[in-house]
Amino acid sequence: MGKTIAEKILSNRSGQDVKANDIVIADLDFVMGQDGTSPLAIRAFREMEAKGVFDHNRIAMVIDHSAPSPLEGVSELHHQMRSFANEQNIHFYDIGDGVCHQLVPEQGHIVPGNLVIGADSHTCTYGAINVFSTGVGSTDLAAGLISGKLWFKVPETFKFVLNGKLPEGVYSKDLILYLIGDVTADGATYMAAEYVGEAISHLSIEERFTISNMAIEMGAKCGLMEADDKTIEWVKAHTNKEFTPVKADADATYAKVKEYDVSNLGPQIAMPHTVDNVANIGDVSHVQVQQGVIGTCTNGRMEDLRIAAKILKGKKLHKGTRLIVAPASREIMLNAMRENLLEILVEAGAAVVTPGCGPCVGTHNGVPSDGENVISTANRNFKGRMGNNRAFVYLGSPATVAASMITGRITDPREFL
Amino acid sequence: MDLKGSVHKFGDDVNTDYIISGRHKFKTLDMKELAKYVMEDLDPDFYNKVTPGDFIVGGSNFGCGSSREQAPLAIINANISAVIAKSFARIFYRNCINTGLPVIECDTDKIDAGDELEINLQAGVIHNKTKGVDLPITPLPDVMLQILSEGGLVEHFRKNGTFKFD
Repeated sequence: MGKTIAEKILSNRSGQDVKANDIVIADLDFVMGQDGTSPLAIRAFREMEAKGVFDHNRIAMVIDHSAPSPLEGVSELHHQMRSFANEQNIHFYDIGDGVCHQLVPEQGHIVPGNLVIGADSHTCTYGAINVFSTGVGSTDLAAGLISGKLWFKVPETFKFVLNGKLPEGVYSKDLILYLIGDVTADGATYMAAEYVGEAISHLSIEERFTISNMAIEMGAKCGLMEADDKTIEWVKAHTNKEFTPVKADADATYAKVKEYDVSNLGPQIAMPHTVDNVANIGDVSHVQVQQGVIGTCTNGRMEDLRIAAKILKGKKLHKGTRLIVAPASREIMLNAMRENLLEILVEAGAAVVTPGCGPCVGTHNGVPSDGENVISTANRNFKGRMGNNRAFVYLGSPATVAASMITGRITDPREFL
Repeated sequence: MDLKGSVHKFGDDVNTDYIISGRHKFKTLDMKELAKYVMEDLDPDFYNKVTPGDFIVGGSNFGCGSSREQAPLAIINANISAVIAKSFARIFYRNCINTGLPVIECDTDKIDAGDELEINLQAGVIHNKTKGVDLPITPLPDVMLQILSEGGLVEHFRKNGTFKFD
């Protein structure tokens, strides 16, 4: 019987012939933690009385969620991470290096066919380059740091067949928001998502990361794609590691299959306070916005900054709005400087903040005030998410955020293209 | 393991930002301090309403969102003895078992706020004393039962040095 990508990777890494719902202990290729989860993992690591990590070269810790530290308490936790990284000689990314889910693939730590855990729910991002990657908590992270292993329930797979090509002005962010709205926040719980079809083939790797990043918002354990020529070229540009991509068998068994034609999709908006509360942009274009955010592990990459700069070039932010831009990594920030993108955005009125998570999770960098509406490229809009439970967060593509900054209300970017 | 207490009821899709907000969780590893803010964005007075041993009862997809283990730890430190829901988000579910917080899947439509429950985890049954009905529990996978019965994953690793299941 054929296998899905998830079944194949977990078979390879456990050394057993596994199928959905089996429970296995599998070898990890890479292990990652960030500053919201690593301090607890370090504590668990000590309590587990470990002698050391399994392989210092296959572990990274990243300070991105509260970076630079806004508070004394956070500074102490960051200090614990720096000390641990130094002691164990692991890869360490400090403030300004970027957001973990950009850094792990960008810095060449992972390749197609890998099995990766990260103590951050959006670790599913790397599925876009054919990596079985999934979010875990701090104690699982500690167990992974020590043993290089984790136990997994082999997930069933929900296959999304995406036909057609996204129209001009409509992006992979709009597509994933549409899919989440369609299947809802728990539509793929306990499952691996596989995204296949012509619509995916047309997307760049950066655009694919946006889709896999948000697989968790439909409850999925990972958001897998096959490796095509674009994937292989992208990975080879970032690492010299050898790899063998993993394809699903034609006769693999799927728990669910849904087919879509994306050719007529328009821009999508997730309305407060859940990611699956999705509307066509025309239904919310009356909503006034006070703050925009472009960045995060979902949409802080070069193509995102390019489209924002294209729309905002020579324009000024609407009176009464403010825009926060957080490039996803130092490398992206540098490239955006070289392409003059940051100059265009800053001239338009944007505030550029440290590469990292930006204001996404409400710890720093732009907490909205009571009653304000935010239009953001992030992946979550939960009540209180950005640090104020009396504010309202709308999610859309970078183009939608840029266009909305010109008009001061949620705006279809196709008006400006 | 017998658990007794009364019910605090919530709806579907209770996410980890609601359980413990990001604006609190990055500050400290002091879980007794974080516990004061549990469920704050859904019920600002929640912490003061809990009698030790009480249960949080949700609908479907409980614990969706971030991977923060501060969520189950803050619940434990708020003196909640178990979380009961129709279904759980998978990272939260693992984190609860790893930290020793019982999570129970059952049909929660037959449980209302304030109901008195008695739970026998081994027997796999919830007795709703208030309504006089028994509710079946979806059993945990064996590996999770073992980790939970050992007191969590830290204890499992302290004992075995790695994953070791019977």
